[in-house]
Amino acid sequence: MADAKVIPFDDDRSRTGGSARPARRRSAAGGVRGQGTGPAAVSALPGQQDASKPQEEPERAGRPLGRDERAGWDRRIAGGLAFLRRRVTGEYDVDEFGYDEELTDQVLMSMLRPVYEKYFRVEVKGIENIPSEGGALIVSNHSGTLPLDGLMLQVAVHDNHPAGRHLRLLAADLVFVLPVVNELARKAGHTLACAEDAERLLRRGEVVGVMPEGFKGIGKPFGERYKLQRFGRGGFVSTALRAGVPIIPCSIVGAEEIYPMIGNSKTLARLLGFPYFPITPTFPWLGPLGAVPLPTKWTIQFGEPISTAGYPVEAAEDPMLMFNLTDQVREQIQHTLYKLLVQRRSVFF
Amino acid sequence: MLVTGAARQLGGRFVRRIQRDPGVDRVIAVDAVAPGPELGDAEFVTADIRQPAIARVLAEHSVDTVVHLDVSAKAVGTGSRTMVKETNVIGTMQLLGACQKAPSVRRLVVKSSTNVYGSAPRDPAVFTETTPPKSLPSGGFAKDVVEVEGYVRGFARRRPDVAVCVLRFANILGPRADSPLADYLSLPVLPTVFGYDPRLQFVHEDDVVDVLGVASGEPGRGTLNSGTFNIAGDGVLLLSQCSRRLGRPTVPLLLPAVTWVGQALRTFAMTDFSPEQIRLLTHGRVVSTVQMRETLGFHPRFSTAETFAEFARSQGPGLLPPEVVGRAVDRLAAMPFAGAGGDVPGTTGAGDTEPTPSAR
Repeated sequence: MADAKVIPFDDDRSRTGGSARPARRRSAAGGVRGQGTGPAAVSALPGQQDASKPQEEPERAGRPLGRDERAGWDRRIAGGLAFLRRRVTGEYDVDEFGYDEELTDQVLMSMLRPVYEKYFRVEVKGIENIPSEGGALIVSNHSGTLPLDGLMLQVAVHDNHPAGRHLRLLAADLVFVLPVVNELARKAGHTLACAEDAERLLRRGEVVGVMPEGFKGIGKPFGERYKLQRFGRGGFVSTALRAGVPIIPCSIVGAEEIYPMIGNSKTLARLLGFPYFPITPTFPWLGPLGAVPLPTKWTIQFGEPISTAGYPVEAAEDPMLMFNLTDQVREQIQHTLYKLLVQRRSVFF
Repeated sequence: MLVTGAARQLGGRFVRRIQRDPGVDRVIAVDAVAPGPELGDAEFVTADIRQPAIARVLAEHSVDTVVHLDVSAKAVGTGSRTMVKETNVIGTMQLLGACQKAPSVRRLVVKSSTNVYGSAPRDPAVFTETTPPKSLPSGGFAKDVVEVEGYVRGFARRRPDVAVCVLRFANILGPRADSPLADYLSLPVLPTVFGYDPRLQFVHEDDVVDVLGVASGEPGRGTLNSGTFNIAGDGVLLLSQCSRRLGRPTVPLLLPAVTWVGQALRTFAMTDFSPEQIRLLTHGRVVSTVQMRETLGFHPRFSTAETFAEFARSQGPGLLPPEVVGRAVDRLAAMPFAGAGGDVPGTTGAGDTEPTPSAR
């Protein structure tokens, strides 16, 4: 996916979220930033800021190195070697969930960023709705056959939030059964979607992301795109209430079309132990090539936070209130989805 | 005070330590075999806790505190698994039966293990004392522990006047550790399960002895030492971190292959590679120690990482000591490259950025 097709697009819409791109956390490269990047790169992505360009670009364009740039490189190299040294000697820390912040920042995010920036060209709106400190529960719609929307949401929060907050996603138990996937998920800070883990994270003041539609949302047929499914049993609301954190509704547009699921082979799914087995116009007919997602244009909008601070503790035990709050969150996400869909010019641009 | 399992390394250390406690008059150490280490002034009684004779020992010495440490995953010397299970389960039953008949008993401390929680992908990331296990362990030491705790709960119900303290220890490690996990980590090359990097927690032997002292004495001010407590050092280590810090290379194997290798290793008596240990090395296990700190009032001296460092020091360097690997990286940094102007970061297979350095 590294050799993503960069589709030039002429973006004339207003970008509420994109205009205020914060400084990136790669502070080691501070000397290079702001000196202007290769002109070719800028014209390919007019909507993006210079700071978001990978630092290799000026080198590839063959520009002579300035003194500052050389110093920046030296620092980068020293940082990279120190990082490598820490990794090979095992001198790094993970938290009780197995979250490896260093690996996530330096490696996993760097691997996802090209997909995020170049392939899906994610546009983020309303990032200011995520508080700079303290816990918050981001509730989002779920779609796209493979949970790429969760990963993109993680990059969106990580790269755009001024306080550099890290999103901790709650994942289905299937993720933790599969080898490799479970290892990477734990290291990226994901954990099992259960009330205990969610509450523990929220009480520690983390931003937690949850997609309450679960497999019903991600594995729904193409014809039902952008129709929100049932939001589980609303457990996320009572967890947020108990932890006293705001709920931030989040709508993701674009993920529905990456794998248009036109069929579902129940037999194969049962055989493999998966909740569904997608059949798209390309998969499984073209083999691994058919698993390449369509390069749709994404928009992620964070909505106004819904405060839970006003409720008493015992409110978490009130099923009626839970249903009402769940519906309120669901309605808000659905409404925003329709609004974004009306604004969207085309699926791919 | 009566201590079972005194012939073991841990039991012996606890017996020696508790004699120095001014509140303890007499220590009676019990085990089926003669103790290896010196027990000091403690009175050693050779008694098999699987036999009813243990009741006589309790009555004869009018014991007030029973510390039951004879719950282990590993046999002393060359005992078979059946023997271990007998000692764990039948031994506990007999001992508790004897305690129930002994009116002098006021306090019971049982060594348990965090194995009771099992290890499954569907479990929450952190276990608290009240978390019910999603899948009960089907056999092996974990099942023993579940049964032992069941009997202890029954005893606590029948003798409400006895203060019962169950200590669930995470993996015990240290310079003299004697556990299946320590054996595993002593292998020159560590077989791991491909695609899984389990989270592990360790507790130092010294902390184990200390917390047993806390649990077997009178509770301190503002604390309570009856109930069930998880005992573990702070922090978490991944198995990959452990292998790198030990300097022992890992061999990732697919899950069925790990079972075969485990069987082969068991046949050659190199380590007890039981199914539950494979589950631990697949999914890992982390417990919450809030109760230990706030209710029991015990603060371990060693964190998980420090415990592991102590263990690694006692093991000697592995095949790839971290110092050597670290020096190799430093040499890479010092290597002068010609034409430093065009350096572009390259990536290694692991995805780690490894830029070629430029001349200063």
